[in-house]
Amino acid sequence: MAFLLTFVDAARQNNDRTEMLAANTGLVEKLGLTDLCLFTEARYTRHPSQADLHSAFQDHPMGLEHFPSGSLMPPPRGLAATYENLDTKTASTD
Amino acid sequence: MKIWIQKQQALIDFTLASLARRKLKNAGLLLVYTLIVFLLASVMLYTSALRHDAAAVLKNSPEVIVQRMVAGRHDLIPPGYLEKLGRIRGVQKKEGRLWGYYYDPVVKANYTLMVPMAEAPGAEKVADANIVVGAAVARERGLVPGNLISFRSYSGKLFSFTVADVLPHAAELVSADLILLSEADYRAFFEIPAGHYTDIALSVANPQEVRKIASKLSEALPDSRPILREEVLRTYESIFNWREGIVLVLLSGSILAFAIFAWEKASGLSAEEKREIGILKAIGWETGDVLKMKFWEGVLVSLTAFLLGYIAAYLHVFSFSAALFEPVLKGWAVLYPRFELTPVVDGFQIATLFFFTVFPYTVATIVPIWRAAITDPDAVMRG
Repeated sequence: MAFLLTFVDAARQNNDRTEMLAANTGLVEKLGLTDLCLFTEARYTRHPSQADLHSAFQDHPMGLEHFPSGSLMPPPRGLAATYENLDTKTASTD
Repeated sequence: MKIWIQKQQALIDFTLASLARRKLKNAGLLLVYTLIVFLLASVMLYTSALRHDAAAVLKNSPEVIVQRMVAGRHDLIPPGYLEKLGRIRGVQKKEGRLWGYYYDPVVKANYTLMVPMAEAPGAEKVADANIVVGAAVARERGLVPGNLISFRSYSGKLFSFTVADVLPHAAELVSADLILLSEADYRAFFEIPAGHYTDIALSVANPQEVRKIASKLSEALPDSRPILREEVLRTYESIFNWREGIVLVLLSGSILAFAIFAWEKASGLSAEEKREIGILKAIGWETGDVLKMKFWEGVLVSLTAFLLGYIAAYLHVFSFSAALFEPVLKGWAVLYPRFELTPVVDGFQIATLFFFTVFPYTVATIVPIWRAAITDPDAVMRG
């Protein structure tokens, strides 16, 4: 019974949170924000989507990651796969 | 059908009475089992809710952000860059963004200083010498509208601002550390000359053309790095997948320990249990009945643990803001947003969790019972 109540509660809370979601979405649109404010300790954890591909070695070439959030964040996408290799994909003359 | 149901009811009653005879042992098992389900379900619910919120909140972020890279680092956009972009067909709107970081030594926190975009829908300007602060900044520095606050810029000059407003608490997930200020104040504070920008936000007329435009950008401005909205969304998707993975790896030790414990408990029969099976067979129970009885025992224990663990995890994540995970997620950050997650209950995820927690235990109970149940009652009773 309580298990089913979690579904009812989820639906109820979803209704309550629409205002909060609208406030966040509105602010993102108004200010042109790109990231969630989850980790504020380093620039590549504050704005992971804007971090450059060399963030992991930002201090010096052998510098080790020293922020705890770094262990919770994935390595920069560029290390695992080609980023967006856009410049080699087209031969646009525009 | 009615007889079958009555028979199962009787078997369940008998199983419950049998479980009650070994109260302490079974209660211990149930507790550990529930705890494991609770941890797994908490991680699952938390990350899926965060993922859902990130996707919902960031769906209106700029379609393309253009950064300029110099020696592998993000650099300022120089004058003339915006004009070059204007020549690319399909770009509907382009606007230079001004934002940067400021470390406040008073509370040892990093703020994101930003100039509101002028052309965005619903844009509001901040007057000179005024700032609008995020809810976490206001909380940390004890600010209310009308207060004066001073920051020492990187050049050493002191700047005083009046707090014009505090951003709503409801929007903390994206704005906890924000400080909004006017363009003139921003340029003076960071000593950024006119015409330079941090990056450029582009909006594209046809969403189908976003990738095409990004390709053209890379060709026209080889030192630029376009970041597409879909990449931003993918980044968040992968962050939360990664985090879920990391937590599960950390938990895997305890999960394995539990698996060994449960397997041992479920597959190794105690002398008392063997005697019980022997007696049941001696008084006329069939092998099938014994198996059914033990099947119900496995189902009752694992289902109860699953339901209790799941409900506790739901309350932990959505009613107590995942308090147990907070120290891990906070990291070294001083400013941390206070936000409530929108509950997302994904049937498929619950089914997966159910399958991996209830099913193995139930199966593990059946096999040894079957082995004991097919042997001669006399031999079983004598051990």
